[in-house]
Amino acid sequence: MGEFAYEKDADGIVTVTMDMDGPVNAMNAQFWPLFSDTMDRIEAEQDLRGVIWTSAKDTFFAGGDLNMLKSIELDGVEELFLSVEATKAIMRRQEKLPVPVVAAINGAALGGGFEICLACHRRIAADDPKTRIGLPEVTLGLLPGGGGVVRLTWLLGLEAAMPFLLEGRQVSPDKALQAGLIHEVVPADRLLSRAKEWILSVQGDEAAVTQPWDDKGYRIPGGPSTAPKNMTRIAGAAAMLFKKTRGLMPAPAKILDIMTEAAGKVDFDTAQRYESRKFVSLTPLASTKNMIETLFFGMNKVNGGASRPKGVPPSRVECLGILGAGMMGQGIAFSAAMAGLPVVLKDMSIEAAERGKAYTAKLLDKRVGQGRMTGEQRDAVLALITPTDKSGDLKGCDLIIEAVFEKIDVKDAVLAEHESLLAENGIWGSNTSTLPITRLATGSANPANFVGLHFFSPVDKMPLLEIIAGEKTSDETLARAFDFARQIRKTPIIVGDSTGFYTSRTIGTKIIEAVELVAEGHDPVRVDNLSRQTGMPTGMLSLLDEVQIKLVVDIYDTQVEMGLLDPEREQNPAARAMLAEMISQHGRHGRATGKGFYDYSDQGKTIWPGLAAWRKEDAQISDRDIQDRILFRAVLESLRCLEEGVLRTVADGNVGSILGIGAPVHTGGYIQFVNTYGPERFLARCEELAAQYGPRFDPPEILKRHVAEDRAFA
Amino acid sequence: MATPAYIYDALRTPRSRGKKDGTLHEVKPIQLAAGLLRELQSRHDLDTSQVGDVILGCTAPVGDQGACVAKAAVQAAHWDEAVPGVQLDRFCASGLEAVNMAAAKVGSDQEDMVVAGGVESMSRIPMLSQGGAMFTDPDFVIDQHSAPQGIGADLIATIDGYSREDVDAFAVESQKRAAHARDSGWFDRSVVPVKDENGITILERDDFIKPDTDMQKLGALNPSFAQMGSFGYDDMALAKYPQVSRINHVHTPGNSSGIVDGSSAIMIGSEKAGRDLGLEPRARIVSATVISTDPVIMLAGPGPAAKKCLAKAGLKVSDIDIWEINEAFASVALRYMKDLDIDHEITNVNGGAIAMGHPLGATGGMLVSTVLDELERRNAKRAMISLCVGGGMGISTLIERL
Repeated sequence: MGEFAYEKDADGIVTVTMDMDGPVNAMNAQFWPLFSDTMDRIEAEQDLRGVIWTSAKDTFFAGGDLNMLKSIELDGVEELFLSVEATKAIMRRQEKLPVPVVAAINGAALGGGFEICLACHRRIAADDPKTRIGLPEVTLGLLPGGGGVVRLTWLLGLEAAMPFLLEGRQVSPDKALQAGLIHEVVPADRLLSRAKEWILSVQGDEAAVTQPWDDKGYRIPGGPSTAPKNMTRIAGAAAMLFKKTRGLMPAPAKILDIMTEAAGKVDFDTAQRYESRKFVSLTPLASTKNMIETLFFGMNKVNGGASRPKGVPPSRVECLGILGAGMMGQGIAFSAAMAGLPVVLKDMSIEAAERGKAYTAKLLDKRVGQGRMTGEQRDAVLALITPTDKSGDLKGCDLIIEAVFEKIDVKDAVLAEHESLLAENGIWGSNTSTLPITRLATGSANPANFVGLHFFSPVDKMPLLEIIAGEKTSDETLARAFDFARQIRKTPIIVGDSTGFYTSRTIGTKIIEAVELVAEGHDPVRVDNLSRQTGMPTGMLSLLDEVQIKLVVDIYDTQVEMGLLDPEREQNPAARAMLAEMISQHGRHGRATGKGFYDYSDQGKTIWPGLAAWRKEDAQISDRDIQDRILFRAVLESLRCLEEGVLRTVADGNVGSILGIGAPVHTGGYIQFVNTYGPERFLARCEELAAQYGPRFDPPEILKRHVAEDRAFA
Repeated sequence: MATPAYIYDALRTPRSRGKKDGTLHEVKPIQLAAGLLRELQSRHDLDTSQVGDVILGCTAPVGDQGACVAKAAVQAAHWDEAVPGVQLDRFCASGLEAVNMAAAKVGSDQEDMVVAGGVESMSRIPMLSQGGAMFTDPDFVIDQHSAPQGIGADLIATIDGYSREDVDAFAVESQKRAAHARDSGWFDRSVVPVKDENGITILERDDFIKPDTDMQKLGALNPSFAQMGSFGYDDMALAKYPQVSRINHVHTPGNSSGIVDGSSAIMIGSEKAGRDLGLEPRARIVSATVISTDPVIMLAGPGPAAKKCLAKAGLKVSDIDIWEINEAFASVALRYMKDLDIDHEITNVNGGAIAMGHPLGATGGMLVSTVLDELERRNAKRAMISLCVGGGMGISTLIERL
């Protein structure tokens, strides 16, 4: 049975060591009675000289009970409000104790955990750089409802609190100290002794046991929200939030509102209650539930290995070979070196290989410049990358990833030249977004150890790795590829070898549907903007310009040539014809050449006037149909991937679609989208769209089955 | 009036202490007002695009109440984008001025349907936040002998001979009547509970009333304006009233209006507009007036205003069934009854601002809703509503139940 171990020492200092059931301490059903009883006991103490909160776990305290929060519906909001208020009342009692209260932060203190710390008079953290401190609620569609918004705003001021509250920034103890989140960082073995020392040193010091918000003389750094300069700043922040969320994710806006109220409009206790109301208002929203489902539970499932073949022992790559030091190769090298993995980076010439390594140097220099890394750390990472033009240098690598030009014969050639250099039982990874792994593996001496590793560009920023199982790829190879992804801190999904795998196949459908709308005569600006307003990071036509129309057309032609696609069965012939004409007749290759759906210049982009040739002034369509056609194509393709076994889990589809191909975050990904929409309603809408726009909107069997069984996708 | 102006509904929020520990402190002023607009819309299934204007009184239009709080409230209520909004300030008369202006707009056929009322979050935007010459420009203050309202209230009491017991007794009765009316549910039709965005009730009924008030408790309170008067304000006032030897400072927090937060919203329109929207008229605005008297004593305007209002309507004092005078201070109400020679029995029959509070810009509209409910409850016909106003002004509105 979980407990808050309570111990009073000879100095009259009580140490509460939180040790709840389960791997971490959390604000769950067990928490409230423990917290409440402990506070009663503390308040009843005689000769009390101080209180220390710490944890028996590796982490200090993890935060809220997300399972409980995502289960809250409208009728449960008032009860939640009352329980939040009750918890906050205890935190208030804690910080109003007449004796010093210290949070001895022995490991991660996130969300509710850090909120407990904020209600202590002093926060001392052990100097473990892996420890994370912060209030990440906003990243899950929530807000810090345990007093975190109000206290941090008071503590840091509006401006300085923004990244922590509006972006959910988490930092190491050193950074937390710098930012003013905590007071001290000490070696782990000195944590408790330092806490006691501090308590004894401030006996009788009224100021030490008075929180800033209870100190009448305290002024919020940067001034109140009612100061004219801050009003301008707040209005600007509101506009920036809209740009980021498009009004589809309400949490950041509510946080900014609470910050504004707290910093000068209402008193501390009123602001606390205001925060509780805003917090509970988020819980019944679909966007919140979706974000918790996919970005927390889904991510944990994916990273925890739900798709990793069972029974294969954990593995590590000791030496990574990369063929091709171009954009992808250099990005992979950076990611691997950052994770401490030695890399041999090979290109045709030593100059090209050096250039590839220079990319990492540039990124690291930037970090050093920002103070995020020391010069020594940079040199150590850089030393892990060996640039070369000699094949022999790859000898003994246990994983070689080729990131060469996206052509079958080129890929075949590098495989033939380098495969024998692999260590015994080594793995060959092909970084491709479109070429079939099964086909590429035909040249391999050991196709069981041949796997697709589809990285996303820019590799240093994009967290997803799509692992593709060819026909002969062994489970062991998949598991080891998975472990490699985790080793270099990527989130891996494991998918089947269908044309375009999961991600390219799915992103292709929504892009081509947008082109189809333009080919039908609709206003391209409207199509592009409405697709962006669904919550995708960019409009579909802008995205197509970015990835290059020419590339998309070439890949399509190649896939047709290889017999992977049958042009007779093309679902969007008008769109394909339009793209082909844009390339062949008008040289509209895309953003890189300044000519795509848009004309690009230093002044920005304007829609290409030539598109008028496709425009039909009498073409009529509602905004909703435009958005649904684009979104539904991607959702339907995801369902088909699930049906065909290209996706092994729902979580892979949801996480993969958000991290890799710009699924609107508030939907929780392209499969969760159906759950929120309601499978039955979604099916009916598919039938409507199919009747009006064609069989590409026909509901797949898996959807009908889920509807018939009244089952959500999980 | 050329076109009769009808009252179709009259709503108000409950009132609560206008300090940081008040129940409504957490509610933004635009939400106080927007809550009433939303209630008007849902109660009457109102096509809001047919509302020609929303006029809200507010005496401290800065900060959360700045930048045309009326238009912001209209938008915050998600009313049709065709609806304009305007904020006005005639000090404590602002809410009733909004009603009268709405009646004038309807009467002149300038508009067909107007919502009028007011909003004041005194806890968020304390009195004098707006500054202004009237009480803070030294040149003006000295030239005009512009003393705070309480000095004028005490001067009225001194001139009329109201003792501390007289004003306290009036206050006790106000508390008793307000508590009885509230507890009997007489305010329930018009008082709209304030809720948060989750639908959780923040305040259901007026919580400022102190039903256990008695003479003894009130007698223990110190006068509010004695010290202020001794600084020089008494001398300023007496310079204009040389016949008075000294001001008897009888007003205390117990017999003056309370500082509270609140909002009011009255829907006023022509007969045709009401019919088109499927609304039943509840009362007609018979006449309305605003006047000004001596700005030094400041609070003596209501009686003369009511008389002018009666004259405009061609009616006598005896034609009025109940009278409502804003209880800014007890002496103001006592002076009003004396001016008009009316009995306390038919004046402020359900208590007033001494018990329930005076959210400055909103009060005028609140009085319309209190009085209209009471006319209906009594099956009576006419009521006069009056307020004293800064600068010596007085305002009155005469309504007639249909």
